[in-house]
Amino acid sequence: MNHQNLSIVLTGSGGSGVMTTGSMLLEAAARAGWYGFMGRSAGPQIRGGEAAAVLRVSNRPVESPDDDFDLVLAIDPGSVGRFVAEIPMTSETLLISDEEAGRRGAALPDTIAQVLDLPMSSLAKTIKGGRANMIALGALARMVGLPEESIYPVLEKVLQAKGTEALEASWACVRLGFEAGADLPGLNGPVVSSDPHRQRWSITGNEAAGLGAIRGGVRFVAAYPITPATEMLEWLAATLPGVGGVLVQAEDELASINQVIGASFGGTPALTATSGPGFALMTESIGLAVASEVPVVVVDVMRCGPSTGIATKSEQSDLNIALYGLHGDAPHVVVAPASVSDSVFTTHWAVALSESLQTAVIVLSDQSIGQTRAIINRPPDQTITARRLVPESYEEPYCRYAIEQSAVSPMAIPGQKGGQYTADGLEHNQAGTPSSLPEDHIAQLDKRERKIREFDFGEHWADLEGTGGTAVITWGSSSGAVREALARLQDQGVNIRLIALRLLAPERPADMAAALQGVERVLVVEQSHSKQFFRYLRASYDLPAETRLFNRPGPLPFRPNEIIEQLADWGAAS
Amino acid sequence: MSHDQPSKVTLPKDYKSGVKPVWCPGCGDFGVLGSITKALSGLHIAPEDAAVISGIGCSSRVPTYLSTYGFHGVHGRALSLATGLKVARPDLTVIATGGDGDGFSIGGNHFLHTCRRNPDLTYVVMDNQVYGMTKGQASPTTDPNWERGKLTPSGTGINPFQPLVIGLASGANFIARCSSSDSNGTARILMEAIRHPGFSLVQVLSPCVTFRPEQSEWKHMLEPSPKDPTSDPEVAARRLLKDHGLYTGILYRGDRPAYQPRLEAGIDDLSVLDQEFIL
Repeated sequence: MNHQNLSIVLTGSGGSGVMTTGSMLLEAAARAGWYGFMGRSAGPQIRGGEAAAVLRVSNRPVESPDDDFDLVLAIDPGSVGRFVAEIPMTSETLLISDEEAGRRGAALPDTIAQVLDLPMSSLAKTIKGGRANMIALGALARMVGLPEESIYPVLEKVLQAKGTEALEASWACVRLGFEAGADLPGLNGPVVSSDPHRQRWSITGNEAAGLGAIRGGVRFVAAYPITPATEMLEWLAATLPGVGGVLVQAEDELASINQVIGASFGGTPALTATSGPGFALMTESIGLAVASEVPVVVVDVMRCGPSTGIATKSEQSDLNIALYGLHGDAPHVVVAPASVSDSVFTTHWAVALSESLQTAVIVLSDQSIGQTRAIINRPPDQTITARRLVPESYEEPYCRYAIEQSAVSPMAIPGQKGGQYTADGLEHNQAGTPSSLPEDHIAQLDKRERKIREFDFGEHWADLEGTGGTAVITWGSSSGAVREALARLQDQGVNIRLIALRLLAPERPADMAAALQGVERVLVVEQSHSKQFFRYLRASYDLPAETRLFNRPGPLPFRPNEIIEQLADWGAAS
Repeated sequence: MSHDQPSKVTLPKDYKSGVKPVWCPGCGDFGVLGSITKALSGLHIAPEDAAVISGIGCSSRVPTYLSTYGFHGVHGRALSLATGLKVARPDLTVIATGGDGDGFSIGGNHFLHTCRRNPDLTYVVMDNQVYGMTKGQASPTTDPNWERGKLTPSGTGINPFQPLVIGLASGANFIARCSSSDSNGTARILMEAIRHPGFSLVQVLSPCVTFRPEQSEWKHMLEPSPKDPTSDPEVAARRLLKDHGLYTGILYRGDRPAYQPRLEAGIDDLSVLDQEFIL
């Protein structure tokens, strides 16, 4: 089946309701059997300010933004200008705006084939309590080929709480918009032959990470709100009590990470989630978890940095702090989900790794994954059974940090008689007693490094696809665009390998060498200004002499055609 | 895990780990360590059912010297570790120990919010008005005119932190002051503090014989509070504000319920969680 899809962006300002409209359109599309996603781009304002709902709908699962947009709808014309850099348009792009509602603003490209007028505001005024965004919803539904009646259940679901009047006013607007949409050009929406046996989900990356955490066994979460991680914490706050767990809102990130370590010391798998600024505050205590060998998971939903940066927009620039931000020699684990869907597995896996290895595991998600709602196939069920090693019995004296054949020592849980020990961030001997002796320091450093090095991470360390002498190495949210680019090339008979890393620490040199067998050229793709991933790869792995980098900072996402251009410039795309 | 039905008598010495303390000879913290072991013994809390949690500093070494479970974490975060543990494991007796610098300077924010939150913890602060482990700098409770701190050779010139007043204002549910030189008296107060629901703040004046030798005089200056403990925060506030800092005993006994989110038995079949996402 051909890949059919549409990319649509809705812009608006000052509470014009673009996010609601976008969500409703996605939900209606999902009910029609389509796949797709909606990302969010917003300015710093708490309420109001310009916002854009960025949608892609398709006849099959999609994880990457497309090259450009088919349709741009500005509920108020002034809002488009703010997003020009984020909305690639071509001569095929349709721009719909409301000429009566104001000036379109500067900085619009002159390549747009058609600027069409839809008097959303004046149409809405003909209905008591009517709103322009609902006119837009009706018109969009018509243009993309969604039946009028498919919108009603979505309205009902979203507006139920606002009462019958609001619902009926919105429905009247949608119908009016649908009528007006008849005069606008139709776009070819995806044609689907829906498989009734295939279960599909509507889920955000932040929710998916929360679900993975609970599936992994997390029952204690401490939280301090921060964009763009907050929704994960809010979902967990509502969900944990039903599974015998709890979320505590802490006074700051220093408290969050330490509460999590305390709960895990008590035997309860525990997690916190944050973004760059909060993560930076947590690093001292993540080192404590490493030294005292207490399992914890820290999810960093990355945003543009440094400092406050751009809180609402995505970037892959916390790789360095996640890999190298702990003081001292502090081996730990860093993993990254490649997509919304993969956030379920990767976070589940992170919990299992932390429990098995009794150490800190950092999950690097980002805003473009966390705050995107996607229509996906049901994520596969995982049977990860890794558990914390707890002593079966106690022989005198219990040595919490015993160095045996396995470097993972049985961990006593408070309440167990005979297992009493003091977990310590001070260097210690095998019994846990503080020690400044060089031999104890070296033995414990070796132990903490060895338990991670000897662990079998299996096939999940990376997603490996394709064949050929050229490979693209990437990670996290950049994987989506790379994957789509390579799929397009494959349709043209060009084979290029994908190596999308899920496990960033520890390094897997033997696995990487095997993945690069026969590869002569490597293109590295990452969303960081200072080439963090590239430098990490060069330091950790043997890469071919012909290795190039395609990097840029956030917030602009990679698009498949850009990856193809990079490969074409190199003569690798034909 | 009951405090009332011991399987066998556990003596104070049974709560000692045998690890030799790093403290200077004559340090007040020896007395406090003894008081903690006496209190745990007096309450018949089995060593495996207690966890003693600390940050960094001389007095934060206490967990290592006990035979209970313990956690010696990073500087200033003892109350956060203790809160996480208590919320996840309400069956345990959780005690936090530390000094005035750990608790009121680097850990000041957690002190305020732990008082507010009111988890069922006992916080034993060994106050010696100096950073001892780093060899003698002014702490938040140091007198502004103390000129022997090398970071503040002209004195701090700033108002000392008043832990009990601030603890009361922030919501601590039990407030007491003790002396390390009165090991048995402190043990009795600790027993009450541990029994009392919610967050119990126990300030123990514990001299630093090395950097504040003049504090050896405390034992002659301290006196039992002339008033019975009050459960009226207004009365307690007035008394604490007028207090010269040398009255010992239980000074406030509040009646706020302890913070303890209920940990219900959850569903076993996690696939129920999928429902909200299924189209």
